[in-house]
Amino acid sequence: MASLREIKGRINSTKKTKQITKAMQMVSASKLNRAEENAKAFVPYSEKIQEVVASIAQGGGDASHPMLEEREVKRTGYVVITSDRGLAGAYNASILRKAYQDIRNNHTSADEYKIIAIGRIGRDFFRKRNMAVDKEITGIADQPDFEDIKELASETVQLYTDEEIDELHIYYNHYVSAITQEVQKTKVLPLNDISAEQATKSSSASYEYEPNQEEILAVLLPQYAESLIYGSLIDSKASEHAARMTAMKSATDNADDLIDDLSLTYNRARQAAITQEITEIVGGASALE
Amino acid sequence: MSTLTVSVVTPDGPVLEEEFNMVSAKAESGELGILPGHIPMVAPLTISAVRLKGDGASQRVAVSGGFLEVRPDKVTILAQSAERPSDIDVERARKAKERAERRLKDKQSDIDFQRAELALKRAINRLDVYNNNF
Repeated sequence: MASLREIKGRINSTKKTKQITKAMQMVSASKLNRAEENAKAFVPYSEKIQEVVASIAQGGGDASHPMLEEREVKRTGYVVITSDRGLAGAYNASILRKAYQDIRNNHTSADEYKIIAIGRIGRDFFRKRNMAVDKEITGIADQPDFEDIKELASETVQLYTDEEIDELHIYYNHYVSAITQEVQKTKVLPLNDISAEQATKSSSASYEYEPNQEEILAVLLPQYAESLIYGSLIDSKASEHAARMTAMKSATDNADDLIDDLSLTYNRARQAAITQEITEIVGGASALE
Repeated sequence: MSTLTVSVVTPDGPVLEEEFNMVSAKAESGELGILPGHIPMVAPLTISAVRLKGDGASQRVAVSGGFLEVRPDKVTILAQSAERPSDIDVERARKAKERAERRLKDKQSDIDFQRAELALKRAINRLDVYNNNF
């Protein structure tokens, strides 16, 4: 059995760890609240833009734009959203596993894909595996503004416009609830399935277009695609905080269990030491008689 | 007098939702004035100030592009960023303006040039709206 001092030391260090995980849990909980608010604030924008895009896409048959049309896929873009820091349970691992597998299965050479990494963990993951990361952004705030991501988003959309990539997928953790997040893989570009999805919702309005549909699509579609990227980012931020909160909660619970076990062992060892001492004294005394 | 509900929405949340009598905005194809009862319309906006006239008071909102959706009783402006004069960070806009001007002087690649030009426009627009320069 370990010595009393050793056990005491372990109890103390576990208690300190518990304090930290508990604090992180509470910080994540409040960040999660803010992240949920951000996600809510984004809803009107995304709904409206979807509505307008859908009504243009289905309203006029003659409107065309490269972003609405499927073309032969020579190179695929992958936006992978991870966090900058770990300690969030399986949050990063599950995303990266899925993205890595898909890239591995679908492509044979490095020329067939481009990786756009949001978050340090994802960037380092791909670098370590010698997969080139074309664009990256790290150090995103916990409550990101659109401004923070705008440049990366518009550059990414530009890649598609320049035909550097012919498809764009996003991998991120979708926030379902505080305890459930699921890995989501969304195709952002081309936007060929938008009309079917939204058709019923916005059949009411038919618009005049000033100056014409094509010019509007040229402004609208990149903006829409960028908003999808931003939407995924805030969704995944909410997931990140939720995942970290859950991970830290179970760490705190584990620390509690460990402290209980250790206290039991400690008391037992203390009792054993006392008993032994008494036996020794009694033994010594009886030897004198 | 009938009114229009004007809402300005950005990815970071709604900026404004109020009743006004008239909206005038600079679209890509030229200046637009919208009164209640306008036919449904969509138009892309330039980096400019949108003027909203209400009862007596008029307001300005600085928008960085985006577009305008008009319904007979409602105008929605969707922009990647939009600010009321009171929300404008003047110091930041001024710095952005200086930075953009410096970049324009350096004249690097075309893309940077374009980007700097847009940044300059946005900064000037913000400053104008803030200073009431119209």
